[in-house]
Amino acid sequence: MATEKSRGSAVVMVLYLLFLMLPIYWLLNMSLKTNTEITGSFSLWPQNLTLQNYVTILTDPSWYMGYVNSLAYVAMNTVISVGVALPAAYAFSRYRFMGDKHLFFWLLTNRMAPPAVFALPFFQLYSSVGLFDTHIAVALAHCLFNVPLAVWILEGFMRGVPKEIDETAYIDGYSFGRFFVKIFMPLISSGIGVAAFFCFMFSWVELLLSRTLTSVAAKPIAATMTRTQGASGVDWGVLAAAGILTIVPGALVIWFVRNYIAKGFALGRV
Amino acid sequence: MDKPVNHKAWFLVLPVLVLVAFSAVIPLMTVVNYSVQDTFGNNVFFWNGLGWFEDLLSSERMWNALGRQLIFSGVIIAIEIPLGIFVALNMPKRGVWASVVLVLMSLPLLIPWNVVGTIWQIFGRVDIGLLGYGLDALGIDYNYTQNPIHAWITVVVMDVWHWTSLVALLAYAGLQSIPDAYYQAAKIDQASRWKVFRFIELPKMAGVLMIAVLLRFMDSFMIYTEPFVLTGGGPGNATTFLSIDLVKMALGQFDLGPAAAFSLMYFLVILLISWVFYTVMTNLDKRGG
Repeated sequence: MATEKSRGSAVVMVLYLLFLMLPIYWLLNMSLKTNTEITGSFSLWPQNLTLQNYVTILTDPSWYMGYVNSLAYVAMNTVISVGVALPAAYAFSRYRFMGDKHLFFWLLTNRMAPPAVFALPFFQLYSSVGLFDTHIAVALAHCLFNVPLAVWILEGFMRGVPKEIDETAYIDGYSFGRFFVKIFMPLISSGIGVAAFFCFMFSWVELLLSRTLTSVAAKPIAATMTRTQGASGVDWGVLAAAGILTIVPGALVIWFVRNYIAKGFALGRV
Repeated sequence: MDKPVNHKAWFLVLPVLVLVAFSAVIPLMTVVNYSVQDTFGNNVFFWNGLGWFEDLLSSERMWNALGRQLIFSGVIIAIEIPLGIFVALNMPKRGVWASVVLVLMSLPLLIPWNVVGTIWQIFGRVDIGLLGYGLDALGIDYNYTQNPIHAWITVVVMDVWHWTSLVALLAYAGLQSIPDAYYQAAKIDQASRWKVFRFIELPKMAGVLMIAVLLRFMDSFMIYTEPFVLTGGGPGNATTFLSIDLVKMALGQFDLGPAAAFSLMYFLVILLISWVFYTVMTNLDKRGG
């Protein structure tokens, strides 16, 4: 009975994972083929394996600069978001103060706000202050949803730390700054890691704002990919290779946060 | 947990406040500003009162986009929630396999949204994609760029592929919190599998499922990138959801007034759902603590 049940579960999981992996496999398959092979014949795996598509991306500045630009604004955004969110999350988790609930709710609405609403005003705002087409403009724009996200996630982790720890440290003569950096931050290090990961990820996957706020100098890889489409004779192989390379950063760190994915998406509430 | 009152905590929140005010309040004020004015160009604006809002409420284009949006959100929630629960019930509970399954399931969640669109764009093509080629070989005349129904099915399947894992992971987290003693008690009572699910697992998952429904509703309500890359909102306007329509209006045609009125209405809906979300979250906290 028990083995029959677990066999049924295994079948369900295999089918589901197959459904998830097939489209990704297909992208990988395409990225390892030449364009003549892609359009000329149909095969489940590359007949003449080639890394030429990847070589194209890694040697052509118009491609690889897309990755550099994306990584630049994503890194800036992650540092800014987690940096400002840490003290704020501490305040929300430890104290009551005037308007705290309203503020906490208002932050949530920003996480939920559609980027489409903000695309045009952001474009005008950052153009008027001369930041259009810079990395910092995109980094600041993404703070719209990433700062609230980081505050909520960090608050979720901080409330799990007993208040007695703070009080003991203050009695021992720690200043707030020293206590926060030396004692409190190590205690919630996994929370900081998870918050940073989600800031990184939501900034990395976003297209609309990053595309609207850049043209050449800070053009992200996502925009590079969508702009090459629609032109006659899409270079499918290179496009597929570019797609595979955008999956790599997430896939590299996913193992370390695997137990926190649900918690992160649920804003630290699970 | 009762927290002490400390108004100095405001200083800790100040950086967040300044930053989010800069990136949310100023742009939103611009939108409000445009929504009540009209222009003949050259940056000359004049007062238009609530004209744009009246236009918007009687505009068939907006209602159609809203209708498509609600149907889309409804359909994907109706598929993803039951499927996610079903997958969660079948996930391995512990061991190496549990970790491997978690990692593989999380993978679609971390793929940039435009790449999700690209993946399905390629996957569905009749000439070079596995799905399109397979359906064609079965004799089904499948073409998501021409046939609105096929486009819809493809967009829905893409979203199910992209986000069902999130629902499953949330439900899984809810299941993990059920103590073994509950299952043992059910065994003693000789409860059927269905009864275990209905009276033990489902109530314990209710909280996380509520979060899952709201998250999926919010995120699907502002979906832009994936259908934009896959179908471009077409064929015709078949898959033009709210965000796609708004971007077309604001950045494509530069219709500032109507776009701003549209944005505000959109934002009000979001505000309303956020409030529901917040209430659910804080109630969960109370029950948990």
